[in-house]
Amino acid sequence: MIRVILPAHLRTLARVNREVTLDVEGPVTQRSVLDTLEARYPMLQGTIRDHVTHRRRPFVRFFACEQDVSHESPDAPLPDAVATGAEPFLIVGAMAGG
Amino acid sequence: MSKIRVLVGTRKGAFVLTSDGTRKRWDISGPHFGGWEIYHLKGSPVDPDRLFASQTSSWFGQIIQRSDDGGKTWETPGGEKMPDPYDPPAGMSNKFVYDTSPETGKPLTTHQWYDGTQRPWEFKRVWHLEPSLTDPDVVYAGIEDAALFRSTDGGQTWQELPGLREAKGHLWQPGAGGMCLHTIILDPNNPERIFIAISAAGTFRTDDGGKTWRPINRGLKSPHELPDPDAEVGHCVHRIAMHPSRPNVLFMQKHWDVMRSDDAGESWHEISGNLPTDFGFPIAVHAHQPETIYVVPITSDSLHYPPEGKLRVYRSRTGGHEWEGLSKGLPQQDCYINVLRDAMAVDTLDPCGVYFGTTGGQVYASADAGDNWTPIVRDLPAVLSVEVQVLS
Repeated sequence: MIRVILPAHLRTLARVNREVTLDVEGPVTQRSVLDTLEARYPMLQGTIRDHVTHRRRPFVRFFACEQDVSHESPDAPLPDAVATGAEPFLIVGAMAGG
Repeated sequence: MSKIRVLVGTRKGAFVLTSDGTRKRWDISGPHFGGWEIYHLKGSPVDPDRLFASQTSSWFGQIIQRSDDGGKTWETPGGEKMPDPYDPPAGMSNKFVYDTSPETGKPLTTHQWYDGTQRPWEFKRVWHLEPSLTDPDVVYAGIEDAALFRSTDGGQTWQELPGLREAKGHLWQPGAGGMCLHTIILDPNNPERIFIAISAAGTFRTDDGGKTWRPINRGLKSPHELPDPDAEVGHCVHRIAMHPSRPNVLFMQKHWDVMRSDDAGESWHEISGNLPTDFGFPIAVHAHQPETIYVVPITSDSLHYPPEGKLRVYRSRTGGHEWEGLSKGLPQQDCYINVLRDAMAVDTLDPCGVYFGTTGGQVYASADAGDNWTPIVRDLPAVLSVEVQVLS
């Protein structure tokens, strides 16, 4: 069971609470987690990564186990703690403070 | 008695204002989609309770929202899983992909950047949604980088009308607000004819339902922006307006100059007349008097606020040239707001109601064709768009 934490605006859009849980088949990677997330919540397609290229949107970041994994390969395995559900995979909007 | 619904898009959400035909007391619903930029929302003329909204964010991109109950509840069309495998794919309502298909022969092209170099088209957002005059499932979207898309399934999926970018697209360039297709006018007498306007490319027309397009900018002068005085494209058109009873007569607020065409855009002539400044963004036509038009003069392209700090709408009852300032009820000192291109609209009651929203968060309304104004809401986020519906 993978735990995913969405930013506030995407929680509103998907009509979910702060954390969603997903059953991901096969290796747990950014791509497999996002594929599963978008299949469950189709309204999120295009909001986290581009519809066509599947590249991460510029103002979106991915954190896991207190590390920024935004620039890791989408097919690289996520940390075991994420794969086992001990730690969540965080999708966050880039910093934009005043 | 008729009911009025005003649809307001702002930098931080959408608001729906309703009143009875007296237009004196207003109920305010919102914010809808709080925190998101709502560039535009508009109702279907066929089914007024069907509303489309463009919800956008620099972080999370484009969302299309649709309401089928006049704005009480909203959905992302196609955003839910489709139970039948033969149904259209879900989650495509925000998928705006430029046409690159070999079938159409319209490959992705490049346009001019601010510095004169060529750049590829990149989708940014939907600026304007124009529902069909006859079919509640058909809606057009004007987008940045400039292109025209159409949905025939109520906003679930979108296809580009790629012939538009063949109209000298390589010479189009972004204005200060981006290279946006902001105006879509459907000819009520000719379903094959559509007018659109782009900053900064100009005005274009199709006479075959969107397959082919040509620039219609003869008579526009942009000596401070374009080196060629007779440039066919590249003009920074801010807005065009038409009265439905006379679809061959168009009015234009250009970057500078207020213009008029009496031949469906084949030629334009200036009607700025005695305006204090002919820079501005919106332009609107009275619902019952096709020669009565409204603009909001703004000081200049570098000073986006009203002259002298006085907010005044200017009205011409003569189709241009002769203008009168309308200021009763509008702030006449220390006013430094702007009125954006999609933020003015008229209702069809008698007398005609006129509405506009400001970057200061007010929506002003006049229930007597502009003679007297009152704020029907204030202290909203900066207003991006205003549309009005008259409901029986």
